[in-house]
Amino acid sequence: MTETATHLHDTAQLPQVHANRNAGLPLDLDWVARVQANTSAIERRAATLPGRRTVKKSYQAAWLARAITLIDLTTLAGDDTPGRVRRLCAKARTPVRADILDALGLPPLTTGAVCVYHEMVPTAVEALAGTAIPVAAVSTGFPAGLSPFHLRVREIEESVKAGAAEIDIVISRRHVLTGNWQALYDEMCAFRAACGEAHVKAILATGELGSLRNVARASLVCMMAGADFIKTSTGKESVNATLPVTLTMIRAIRAYEAATGFRVGYKPAGGISKAKDALVYMAMMKEELGDPWLKPELFRFGASSLLGDIERQLEHHATGAYSAAWRHPMG
Amino acid sequence: MTTREIFDSMAYGPAPESDAEARDWIARHGARFGHFIGGAFTGPGDPFATKNPATGEVLARVTQGTAADIDAAVAAATDAFPAWSGLTCHARARILYAIARLLQKHARLFAVLETMDNGKPIRESRDIDIPLAQRHFYHHAGLAQLRDSERPGHAPIGVCGQIIPWNFPLLMLAWKIAPALAAGNTVVLKPAEYTSLTALLFADICREAGVPPGVVNIVTGDGDTGAALVDHPGVAKIAFTGSTSVGRRIRQATAGSGKSLTLELGGKSPYMIFDDADIDSAIEGLVDAIWFNQGQVCCAGSRLLVQEGIAEDVYARLRARMARLRLGDPLDKCIDIGSLVDPVQHQRVTALVDANTEGDTYRAPLDLPAGGAVYLPTLITGLSPAAPLMQEEIFGPVLVATTFRTPAEAVEIANNTRYGLAASVWTENLNLALDIAPKLAAGVVWVNATNLFDAAAPFGGVRESGFGREGGWEGLDAYLKPTAPLNPAPVIAPIAAPDTPKAPDLDRTAKMYIGGKQARPDSGYSTPVWSPDGALLGQVGTGNRKDIRNAVEAARAASGWSKTTGHLRAQILYYIAENLSARAAEFAARISAMTGADAAGAEVTTAIERLFTCAAWADKFDGRAADVPIRGMALALREPVGMIGIIAPDDAPLLGAVSLLAPALAMGNRVILVPSAACPLAATDLYQVLDTSDVPPGVVNIVTGPVQPLAETLAAHLDLDALWCFAGDTNRARLDHAAAGNLKRLWLNHAGNPDWHAPDLDARPFLNAATEVKTVWVPYGE
Repeated sequence: MTETATHLHDTAQLPQVHANRNAGLPLDLDWVARVQANTSAIERRAATLPGRRTVKKSYQAAWLARAITLIDLTTLAGDDTPGRVRRLCAKARTPVRADILDALGLPPLTTGAVCVYHEMVPTAVEALAGTAIPVAAVSTGFPAGLSPFHLRVREIEESVKAGAAEIDIVISRRHVLTGNWQALYDEMCAFRAACGEAHVKAILATGELGSLRNVARASLVCMMAGADFIKTSTGKESVNATLPVTLTMIRAIRAYEAATGFRVGYKPAGGISKAKDALVYMAMMKEELGDPWLKPELFRFGASSLLGDIERQLEHHATGAYSAAWRHPMG
Repeated sequence: MTTREIFDSMAYGPAPESDAEARDWIARHGARFGHFIGGAFTGPGDPFATKNPATGEVLARVTQGTAADIDAAVAAATDAFPAWSGLTCHARARILYAIARLLQKHARLFAVLETMDNGKPIRESRDIDIPLAQRHFYHHAGLAQLRDSERPGHAPIGVCGQIIPWNFPLLMLAWKIAPALAAGNTVVLKPAEYTSLTALLFADICREAGVPPGVVNIVTGDGDTGAALVDHPGVAKIAFTGSTSVGRRIRQATAGSGKSLTLELGGKSPYMIFDDADIDSAIEGLVDAIWFNQGQVCCAGSRLLVQEGIAEDVYARLRARMARLRLGDPLDKCIDIGSLVDPVQHQRVTALVDANTEGDTYRAPLDLPAGGAVYLPTLITGLSPAAPLMQEEIFGPVLVATTFRTPAEAVEIANNTRYGLAASVWTENLNLALDIAPKLAAGVVWVNATNLFDAAAPFGGVRESGFGREGGWEGLDAYLKPTAPLNPAPVIAPIAAPDTPKAPDLDRTAKMYIGGKQARPDSGYSTPVWSPDGALLGQVGTGNRKDIRNAVEAARAASGWSKTTGHLRAQILYYIAENLSARAAEFAARISAMTGADAAGAEVTTAIERLFTCAAWADKFDGRAADVPIRGMALALREPVGMIGIIAPDDAPLLGAVSLLAPALAMGNRVILVPSAACPLAATDLYQVLDTSDVPPGVVNIVTGPVQPLAETLAAHLDLDALWCFAGDTNRARLDHAAAGNLKRLWLNHAGNPDWHAPDLDARPFLNAATEVKTVWVPYGE
């Protein structure tokens, strides 16, 4: 491991090592009720942002390299096996060919985390031993979150015990759809408590919440209940991460920080597969929240195929020639 | 910076758009341009430099247009007019379509050239200006195609002189040329002297599109060139977009000429945030309102009105947002704010802001780029409505702000301005938004949005923001005129006192009618009205300017009429007709006595019919929902103009007055009527009919007396919205001059009077003049 890489690893990606972990708030229903989200205005902002911000040449290469460090490299398939997960972990440790990074003058990189189901946590923890790459486990009856509540809490505890440093929980959508914010708050508090030192990402399943106003309100309630991250989707809904949803959620994060001083992270998941899309998301984070949200402590992409496209783009930056998928080691 | 350093800093780098193609185009023209007249470029004449304001670099030299150049261009346009206006609609549509396609094919060249010449960010020219210009020609290709089927009885006006500003050079060109050509007119267009290049590139496009020589002529130059165009007798219509002061001068310069005029002028548009708004979205909207095009936008949301309870929160978030704006090279694809168009503008904005002594001034904490006339985005909070910066158009990236307590107060502050171009309303409450929108003195209202434009949606102002609409059918109408024949307005002098007057059986005193009451003239003088055979028919008050003042005040107080339903106004018009019918013989006898005419019964019958026609229209002269390319509605609503002065014609003492009064009332206007000086008694008799017909006090006011001074007082009155003058003997030039004060809408009978007696006289031109189109944009989505 080079000195640079050591330094990078020291800049640990875990929010819980930082002092200001979100301590949550008592549920403030007045605030929740005041929250507005004007869909058409949010869509206009989202639609015009790619035309307002762009990075080119070496800036683009650097941003794409940074994007890699933000990826929760994910496999959430019924046919996952230890072999498949070990392969993914190997890719997480070495996401880009060294010669490409050398050509660009970039340090060795790792992805932000590896994200798996509970059963694969021990395998992933073992495969990532010696790195600072955390293992994230989806939990609480992912993706629907409709298994018995005590089992959902127990699932968190089991995953933490198995070595998961991050737990991606799913909220009960019905609490949002029925406006039962107290139930959502209580559920989230219980999940957070079960996580202990592991940091918790609240998956809102925004594609199932019906409106951006609901997305904004659910974001706020989950932060009040102590979420370290809020995350768009499981990847299993028919609509996953979108720019309007992102804007809505990160504006909630901004409002929460303004009110409490706590910085909550954001993770869009599902449907982000192109390097160009990743850059737009990063520009949106930079514009709306600022540079701290361009680090893995506060921003992750939940993605499985994004890395492949970024690798090809980086090789293009390194060589000037367009690349091919098969030139890059698979995960 | 190395890639590694960028990896750590995550800075935005430069993202320059290439200017190579645009430079090639300039070079191909030798960096010297003449005018485009009769389908060909003239040789370069007296040159002036056109510069890139971001760098100061001279891009090219263009020619200062002389009066002779304007002569040549108008001559070319005049020669081209018969053939062009005689083309089939389809033939014109094909050419407009070709222009749209060519604008699309050369989109990037236009965008880059626009940014180089104007200093606006390439993002805006590329994503807004040029696409909207294309869309304008596409839409107008359709209007050209449909002109004859949808606008029968109308013809193009002739040669149109068009003068456009520098803030949206190509887009304003499109707004001017597309409707003019679609309607069948030919044009002479003068671009602003700072920004001639895209107009000259457009000239290239015209040749490729097959626009016949002379149909589009472009003469470059400064205000003197524009003045020569305005003054040219061969020009039938002037369309101007620019400052209110120049608009006022054009109104005065064209006084008495009978030239058709549309003016799209300045603004100080309110941007209202209510406490239930999506504040983050409202703040992002402000970026598009006042920091779009460096704030050099006539309809910029430049006056921020915030509900008091959320003001500090809004200001804090707004300052944070301002700190993230990016200034820089306009050709950089990653900047928000480029250069003002010229150092002169920078000095103007600086002087205006520096002269302010009130409130708190916040300047975005951003580094000014080297070179260019860049002004820092600025927010000034805590201003009172009395502060000059709350009233004056700054035309730069400077937002001024104040607070309000209630929706009613928000409307009051919003309307506390000489301007009336646009307004933005931010609230999640649909009831509030749709209640506020009709109350705002503005031609365009955006609900939860700002600066939305489209070719299908009418755009234009009220008050001193100008008149006429651009876009949609309403915009096309501004380039058409009815073909129905007009008759020269007869000059009918009052009958002189006879040597041996015949006294009436019983004195009959016709008073004035003001605020629903009969009023004696302020002057204390009366004027006798004689019949042709020497009978003293009565006396009418000799009205003066104070009577006009009182009448306008009464009309102002009767504002409730403008909020009534069309159904109610129809009922009252029918009722007037009913009561007039009951007294038809009396009115006929009166007209006969004044004019000596035999068949006055027919005039009364037609007047009753006209009242019926306008009553019929009262609840049917609908607005429309324009088909704009957003998820939402653009409602082109018809609103009453407000208060209209009507100088009745002499050629039909009752029918003429009724023909003007009825449509004005039907559309919800309040009226100050000056009857024919020759035959005033038909109108004064009418007030008894009005009294018995439930017309509310102040809705109709009648001031008798000498027509010209009364008309001039009305024309100059700053609280009057429109003046219609159909009298035979008026000095129309003086009325034009006087009306420039508040840029009121004038309808003068330069070309003659319609045939009042025609039973099928089309009411729609009157209804159009009696209404103002307000476009309310309501994007939606949950």
